[in-house]
Amino acid sequence: MNIQVRDLPEKAAAVSAKTAIADCDIHPARATRTELHPYLAKRWHEHLATYGEHPYQGMLEGPPYPKAQPNASRRDAYPPEGGPQGSSLSFMQKQHLDPNNVVLGVLNPLRTGQGIRNQDLAVAICSAINDWQIEKWTSQDSRLKGSVVVANEDGVAAAAEIRKRAGDRNFVQVLLLSRNVEPLGQRRYWPIYEAAQEAGLPIGVHAFGFGGNPITASGWPSFYIEEMVGHAQCQQTALASLVLEGVFDRFPKLKMIMVEAGFGWAPSLAWRLDKTWARLRSEVPHVKRQPSEYIRDHIWWTTQPMEDPERRDHLFELIDWIGWDKLLFATDYPHWDYDEPSRVLPAGVSEANREAFYLGNARKVYGLA
Amino acid sequence: MTSPIAGGVDCDLHPAVPHLTSLLPYLNDYWRDQVTTRGMTDLVSQSYPTNSPISARPDWRPAQGKPGSNLEDLKRQALDPFKVSYGICNPLFGVQMVFSEDMQDAFCRALNDWLAKEWLDRDPRLRGSIVIPTQSVEKSVAEIERCAKDPRFVQVLMLVMGDMPLGKRFYWPIYAAAERLGLPIGIHAGSAYHNPPTSVGWGSYHIEDYVAQAQAFQTQLTSLIVEGVFARHPALKMVMLESGFTWLPPYLWRLHKFWRGIRMETPWVDRAPLEIVRSNIRFSLQPVDAPPDSATLHRLFDHMQSDELLLFSTDYPHWQFEGDQALPEGLSPELVRKIMIDNPFATYGRLTQTAARETTR
Repeated sequence: MNIQVRDLPEKAAAVSAKTAIADCDIHPARATRTELHPYLAKRWHEHLATYGEHPYQGMLEGPPYPKAQPNASRRDAYPPEGGPQGSSLSFMQKQHLDPNNVVLGVLNPLRTGQGIRNQDLAVAICSAINDWQIEKWTSQDSRLKGSVVVANEDGVAAAAEIRKRAGDRNFVQVLLLSRNVEPLGQRRYWPIYEAAQEAGLPIGVHAFGFGGNPITASGWPSFYIEEMVGHAQCQQTALASLVLEGVFDRFPKLKMIMVEAGFGWAPSLAWRLDKTWARLRSEVPHVKRQPSEYIRDHIWWTTQPMEDPERRDHLFELIDWIGWDKLLFATDYPHWDYDEPSRVLPAGVSEANREAFYLGNARKVYGLA
Repeated sequence: MTSPIAGGVDCDLHPAVPHLTSLLPYLNDYWRDQVTTRGMTDLVSQSYPTNSPISARPDWRPAQGKPGSNLEDLKRQALDPFKVSYGICNPLFGVQMVFSEDMQDAFCRALNDWLAKEWLDRDPRLRGSIVIPTQSVEKSVAEIERCAKDPRFVQVLMLVMGDMPLGKRFYWPIYAAAERLGLPIGIHAGSAYHNPPTSVGWGSYHIEDYVAQAQAFQTQLTSLIVEGVFARHPALKMVMLESGFTWLPPYLWRLHKFWRGIRMETPWVDRAPLEIVRSNIRFSLQPVDAPPDSATLHRLFDHMQSDELLLFSTDYPHWQFEGDQALPEGLSPELVRKIMIDNPFATYGRLTQTAARETTR
């Protein structure tokens, strides 16, 4: 793994690794290229072999910004039996779930049918991934919970997949990515929100994705670090779109979790939205309340990659502005920028806030309390 | 409220071109003919629709014409009440939106000449920014060199959303010229709309475009830093104009963390991003995307860990504050002096040079 050299004088006082925790961002992988075949019609086996996934980006396989590590994952996370990092349940248990006392692990599969241009293929792969999560992961370890992966660009098909999984306790959320063909507040995505609200499932919006748009408003940048840092900006504009399109007025029980895009930006975005809304609210009369109120009522954040200011009082002030009830601990296992549970939170946090941060908030949001 | 002190610099004023036809006297025969024969419309960017509340404060909106199009109004509403010694004009006429680099170049040259003649010549406090046709680096450098002969041009102006990320090596000759001529690069809110105005596509509303300016500044700062612009041009200053600044501390924490993790990708970045920002990047004061209480804002100033980053601005005639409350409540006199006087003069070297010249005359 990449070693992040950090000065953490508080390390000695940090939380015991034995505290029970939720990990709200775990990435399960397929051990082989054909592992999904049992869940896919034969037609798609041949299609994939012939045409590939045909995503909203140029590379037939792999990312256009090469990752920092193979599969963006820790070098020490290759399972002994072979296959990529994150592809073995037994090794995940041994390396992560058991030693870190993860009592709730939320699976966020990536490289699914999301970001694929052929919507029939997207629908098929997403449904296959959901079957695969149950069979390979959640039915084998009750600590693990799945995410309903949906064909994000086909709202009607996505809603059908959500309804198919509604009430299935293997799943605790619906998974979307931040980068799509349009900003996430747009109406093409509303059937997804309607079905999620109906099923009582929060929506996790994970960083990444491809929708064909340049990943900055000035075109395509050069480097992987720009893609990584830029997730915070994509997430902000996606969230602004959700608020300003009136999604939370339309779906008042909808909960959303911003996954792996940081949370430090939340206060300044909310202040900017409020200030601008005060000027321009005549353009968006459907937005009835101050934007920050929707954010306060409907949005949660996972913690990894943890905000890491030079001074810990700045971190605590930031979290006070957001609310200690709004953060869900996550490691991003097995990815290279994994956050080590025992080192994330400096000393000086009350026991109640610590418990909420590591476990309590997640149980509440996912309806497992 | 915090009172302004005399002798400051207003770093973001927006004089408006009344209409594209106002530039006809500054265009050559060919382009004058193009504008009229082809019936070209006015170049108003949808970043700032004329009648949008954000485009002009109600009490700064003239009875006729575009807000900011009248010099006497600008003196009475911005220069005089804030007692500034200089005001820097950043025209937001939509010359960047056209797709022909030749047309963009012609309009930029006309705009810069118009600014000198119709504004800078008519009030000794006014200074200008050189608007450049960024689709062509050669033409941009030529325009910088042409205008820089006039010492009243104190910076180069670019929009935060253009054709490519601003750190791209394509743009570096512009930065070399600016550094050589002692001109900071001002990067102002606004888009050429050559790309979708957010990093996740086209939103539905003007308010989305405006909110998204802050995210565009963030991605541009990342680009400028990690491409190595300031390793190559250590003396170059860049000023983020109408960018907001309350996003800066957590943005930098994140950039710093990833830089530590994957600096092997960009080994030429020889200083921490935080240090680069402190030495090379400045921010105009308005808009203050402030928390509701001033105590929180003061904590934010602490999070910024520097009193040298902010430059006074009213963003005239845009509607960012009421009355004369351009400075947030409760600033110390020392910080007011830094923001209004010390920081702008340290950033815009040409202000001091022209001041010295005027004194010796």
